[in-house]
Amino acid sequence: MRSSSLIRALVVAMAAVFTAVACGTGGSTNAGSIKILAAWSGQEQASFFAVLKPWEDRTGIKVNYEYSRDLDALLTTRLGAGNPPDMSAAPSPTTLTTFVKQGKVIPLDDKIDVNALKANYAQSWIDLGTINGKLYETFSWVAVKGLIWYDPKNFAAKSYNVPTSWQGLLDLQSTIKSNGTTPWCVALESGSASGWPGSDWLKEIVLSQSGPTVYDGWVAGTQKWTSPEIKSAFTTWGTVLGPNDSNVYGGKQFMLATAFGDGGTHMFDNPPKCYMHNQASFITTFFTSAVPTLQPVTDFNFFPLPDISSQYAGAHVVAGDTWSMFKDTSQARSLMNYLNTAEAQTIWVKRGGKISPNKQTPLDAYPDALSKESAQILVGTKIAKYDATDLMPADMRAAAWKAVLDFVGDQSKLDSILTSLDKVQATAYK
Amino acid sequence: MDFSVLLSDIPTLIVVIVGVPVVLAAYIVGGEYLVRRLPDKNRPRVRPWIWVGPAVFLVAAILFIPAIFTVIQSFEDNHGTFVGLQNYGNQLADFPSGGAWVAIRNNIIIWLIFYTLFVLAFGLALAVLFDRVQYETVVKSLIFMPMAISSVALGVIWKFMFWYQPPGSAQTGTLNALVTFFHHDPVAWLQDQWPNGLAVLNNLALIAAATWGITGFAMVILSAALKGIPGELLEAARVDGAGELTVFRRVIFPLMMPTIVVVGTTLVIFALKAFDVVYVMTNGNYNTDVLAFRMYNLLYLSHNAAGASAVAIILLIAVIPVLVFNLRQFRAVEARR
Repeated sequence: MRSSSLIRALVVAMAAVFTAVACGTGGSTNAGSIKILAAWSGQEQASFFAVLKPWEDRTGIKVNYEYSRDLDALLTTRLGAGNPPDMSAAPSPTTLTTFVKQGKVIPLDDKIDVNALKANYAQSWIDLGTINGKLYETFSWVAVKGLIWYDPKNFAAKSYNVPTSWQGLLDLQSTIKSNGTTPWCVALESGSASGWPGSDWLKEIVLSQSGPTVYDGWVAGTQKWTSPEIKSAFTTWGTVLGPNDSNVYGGKQFMLATAFGDGGTHMFDNPPKCYMHNQASFITTFFTSAVPTLQPVTDFNFFPLPDISSQYAGAHVVAGDTWSMFKDTSQARSLMNYLNTAEAQTIWVKRGGKISPNKQTPLDAYPDALSKESAQILVGTKIAKYDATDLMPADMRAAAWKAVLDFVGDQSKLDSILTSLDKVQATAYK
Repeated sequence: MDFSVLLSDIPTLIVVIVGVPVVLAAYIVGGEYLVRRLPDKNRPRVRPWIWVGPAVFLVAAILFIPAIFTVIQSFEDNHGTFVGLQNYGNQLADFPSGGAWVAIRNNIIIWLIFYTLFVLAFGLALAVLFDRVQYETVVKSLIFMPMAISSVALGVIWKFMFWYQPPGSAQTGTLNALVTFFHHDPVAWLQDQWPNGLAVLNNLALIAAATWGITGFAMVILSAALKGIPGELLEAARVDGAGELTVFRRVIFPLMMPTIVVVGTTLVIFALKAFDVVYVMTNGNYNTDVLAFRMYNLLYLSHNAAGASAVAIILLIAVIPVLVFNLRQFRAVEARR
């Protein structure tokens, strides 16, 4: 009995090895392979594979791709275990910055073609990837935040006009409300990152209301959460949400219970449940996958969140996918260089949902008028600031996201929420 | 599936497939060889240690030693400097809403009581009731089936059960479809901190999902204990004129007590370790945090290994009474034999 089960185990093991050999021999060359960890799945993963294809064909290097929505935790584990991926695309630099400080990320200055990067990227993107004077992170695709999406047909039916001032926006939402519909759709659920769509609102308001100096101090942990500027951002967002979240479809329950990608689609219900939705440029993918018949411009369009203070007109919050290298291999260097080219970035740009930070990417590569417009906004932005919570330490970011959920749950608790954020701020930056 | 990754490191593969069994076999053969050379009277004393050695080594290496390191780390900051009780102070600060208090409350009060009670009550009821029907094996298999689902899948399934749409929209979540059928407004089960921000409702919603997953386990064990009760005892009670309820209360229940206690203590430990359902369904938001999840967040999101160690030790301290009780129980059962 014992020997027969041992033989059986051996047979299984051998079979596994032979299968592996059989699968592995197909088309493999000596070009090697590369392990990539990112957060893209589904449609986005398909787009990323399309980007990789020409590079793989050219170099013969094989890509082993792995994704996780809990990327930060997975990266921490892998690095702790000494088994990092060769490269990773993190949706935020927070975790990466921690790893940089621990010396676990490879500085890129002499590893990749920095001259090409300098020639093709705005300096602000290079600065964002630079920590203590060394380049650690590069950006391949970026998004403009603070875009208010709307359905032009619904606006026309009620003869609403796109507001051009903050007061105009507030007037529009009271008009919509008096006509018996909730003006906004807001959705905050996003797994371990729940709350971030609300934090986007706050960042845009802080930047547009109190300007870049306050914004930078807020990111750096020197601007207190209880300060009048940050508190005002919360109360301003509170006036958008309305008393007891009455300006939002479904109220707080719906905001908290709904995944960020699903919230805006209720603009396309018949009759519409809401008229406006604040989200970055990537959201179009979610619109069209929920309602495939939707056409950009005619069925959904956007206007930038109006300036709150004229002093800081043209201020926008941006964000991007951050690449970094954990193992210095020739394959990783080659791929890093490739991802920084307009050629690579254009492939995804054409498939929709992304904006390229590379100046060489032609504007007519954008698949529709909308993405072209948001690309132009990015180019024309007077004050560009990177997503604040994504630059804060992980504890601060997590507390900020949670604060959004708590604030939406009960706006009257604002003061105690801000006090507890100050407490986190006092320790998180050490 | 792509198995080529297996080939990327052939030496390791050979070590795993060939090396590990060879080393084990060599250890056993070599150990026996040494034991045989000992004088006869010493053999019985040495041999058990040879055989139990690998297990002791594994337990020490992957359980005991890391636990000691965790204790040490909980008294240090993240750079290895001794800080006394500061990590515990941080975790236990600002009662009742700060630090780890929400997680402690959820684990030690809500999860421990309701999860254990629900699972035991359902498991016992199902075991006793199914004992009386002909299609017992079929229904028992059905109830046991959720055990085969991974807890992550379970969380996703229940997320759909609890799905929320605002009043007036089509309710795609099963529970809200039911609730609105009875003309009640839909409830955001996982987000609603009823009553009054105490967050009992959403914690119970999580516990309901976890209960569904584990009831089959309790039922199967309790059912086995039930089958072990001699039929003549029940017969005798019935002949003496006891009704079915009395038979259950006075005969079945007391005889099943040792099993109920064992299942109960196991469930208490499960309740204290609760993680996956919370991770998948609420991420610890809306006051549904639990200790294991807080530990995970501190370690992986905050990179605060010291804080995570302190939470781990708090969890360990919470489990100790259960372990002591369990050991006593085992001894009592042994003594009765």
